[in-house]
Amino acid sequence: MTLTAERGGSETARNADGSEVRARIVRFTAPAVLLLANDIDTDQIIPARYLTTTDKTGLGDKLFSDWRYDANGQPKPDFVLNRPEARTAQVLVAGYNFGCGSSREHAPWALVGFGFRAVVARDFADIFRNNALKNGLLPVAIDAAAHERLVASLTATPGASVTIDLADQTMTLPDGTSASFPVDTFAQHCLLSGIDELGYLLTADADIRAYEAGHPGRIRTSGVGAS
Amino acid sequence: MTSPRSTLSPTPRTLFDKTWGAHVVRPETPATPAVLYVDLHLVHEVTSPQAFAGLRARGRTVRRADRTIATMDHSTPTIPRARGSIPVVGGDQGAQLAQLARNCAEFGIPLLALGNDRQGIVHVIGPEMGLTQPGMTIVCGDSHTSTHGAFGALAFGIGTSEVEHVLATQCLLQRKPRTMAVRVDGRLHPGVSAKDIILAVIAQEGVDGGTGHVFEYMGEAIRALSMEERMTVCNMSIEGGARAGLIAPDDTTFEYIAGRPAAPEGAAWDAAVAEWRQLPSDDGASFDRTVTLDASQLAPMITYGTNPGMGMPIDARVPDPSAAPDAGRRQALDKALHYMDLRPGEPLLGKRVDVVFLGSCTNSRISDLRQAAALMRGRAVAQGVRMLVVPGSQQVKRQAEAEGLDAVFRAAGAEWREAGCSMCIAMNDDRLAPGQYAVSTSNRNFEGRQGKGGRTFLASPLTAAATAITGVITDARTMVH
Repeated sequence: MTLTAERGGSETARNADGSEVRARIVRFTAPAVLLLANDIDTDQIIPARYLTTTDKTGLGDKLFSDWRYDANGQPKPDFVLNRPEARTAQVLVAGYNFGCGSSREHAPWALVGFGFRAVVARDFADIFRNNALKNGLLPVAIDAAAHERLVASLTATPGASVTIDLADQTMTLPDGTSASFPVDTFAQHCLLSGIDELGYLLTADADIRAYEAGHPGRIRTSGVGAS
Repeated sequence: MTSPRSTLSPTPRTLFDKTWGAHVVRPETPATPAVLYVDLHLVHEVTSPQAFAGLRARGRTVRRADRTIATMDHSTPTIPRARGSIPVVGGDQGAQLAQLARNCAEFGIPLLALGNDRQGIVHVIGPEMGLTQPGMTIVCGDSHTSTHGAFGALAFGIGTSEVEHVLATQCLLQRKPRTMAVRVDGRLHPGVSAKDIILAVIAQEGVDGGTGHVFEYMGEAIRALSMEERMTVCNMSIEGGARAGLIAPDDTTFEYIAGRPAAPEGAAWDAAVAEWRQLPSDDGASFDRTVTLDASQLAPMITYGTNPGMGMPIDARVPDPSAAPDAGRRQALDKALHYMDLRPGEPLLGKRVDVVFLGSCTNSRISDLRQAAALMRGRAVAQGVRMLVVPGSQQVKRQAEAEGLDAVFRAAGAEWREAGCSMCIAMNDDRLAPGQYAVSTSNRNFEGRQGKGGRTFLASPLTAAATAITGVITDARTMVH
């Protein structure tokens, strides 16, 4: 599996059964960049005007668009994603509550499209965390002390490398110390094995049929005036 | 308040526990999340195309098209048009709407397209048609799905991958969230509304106070709310970090549902109500957290910053970042005030605005329009202010027109529009220009949310109407009799 970013454009790769080809994520070492703010909402990650796409790809250029480009569409040199170290960065480091707001999965699509493979934060909004895990983007929540050390390292050396080990649930910081992070067991299994969650859900078919037989339900959406 | 059910159930359970438990297809284990059945799946144009593409690539069908319904709302134009006429939508928005129509036709999903008499904002039309009922699980690729929790339904937003999961299996993989009781005691004063309750909850608990939790709103003030007001409260649960917000069903709920197109009838209605009466949290049921608020202490609320947690009483002053409890919050407040071009200590009352937006899944229902119209009757929108009134659905629009509310807004100089999300998300042509200030009844004041560079003050319909008349941020209590 190549470590370089998909920077937009290609079709989603699929297996013979139509399931998406997933990169197995076990462990990787990559440069990290710092976007130190709390409560970064998904409207900042990808503004709503770009949600008119019907694809998952091609959103990397729009990532953080309103912070990244000036009124004339030119990159703002001071913004972290426009700095040289961002070209090879695969880890984005933010503050508390990353990804709050809208449920748009375009947010992880844009982050992945830019080339990010993990976001490190103090914690994450629920829907964003779920969406990220389904796209091979690791939400890595670390404690205050480790976060402080990481911010110090990246402030001193922008683009310094970190190692993220999904199997061990540990992150090695540029200063050589390590931090552990939580991952849902099932999501971890899917990412380590390169399988998608829908594949598992489809194996529940008999249980779903049994449930439906016992729960006929009260509503039908046909017959309320829709065409 | 003791009820017979308390003696039937050995362990007191919450409304959430009961609803969750009734939808478990496969229980959660340490290794695997629960497989949770979805009773109603709402679909719109923006978060569904990639999910349908995934289904097509796998060669799968939609498992329960009869539990799925689609509408067009996010990027639709709201420019006035003849009833039943279909506007021409160009560009990427048009392509996305056409894609939804193709997807619904191919997979047999009922669609409320532009031109349909029941088209509207996804979270307005579900309740309106009676599809939203107590004890159900409801999902949509939209974070404001929490709105439907007002009926005692477990309703939450999902991403597009999960939209595909539900289309294919009618199920979701979910870890059970924690619960948080949000108790609002006391009575609201006149001129203070449901919107002010939820803005106060979020200002108190923060935009991440509910992360990992499902809210259950309770207490005297919540019981006193109408269904439409309850929807306003539940709608913004996500702005407090909670994916879902519930309110126990009661007679107010049942009265709202009765007679709607998808509501049960006759004996089925009686059976449904009997079942729904078992749903409220049992006496003694425990919550992981409890927070309280006193409604009688509330003033109309307004936001000053760039997330919905940056809110304050309308007569308060913009906070000083130097007084923030930590560096993170100081920096966030500095950044927000810079974006909003506000100074610490500045009052918002009297602040000139450019635009007033009355609409969105938070506040575009008939009662919202009635409240605003009552204040605006015989008055005019101030010089230099643009006011957009965007009803939440075609049905709301029709009702408002039957009551003459449209005439009130038009006579005042406001724009009376077609149903849709409009300036809440600015995916169509309804948007703020850079630097403009808006008082908006919507749910998000994030940077650029209502148009790149636009600045949003979130507030209630009453505050919006009062502000439209004076042209400056106004406490509606000074105008309400």
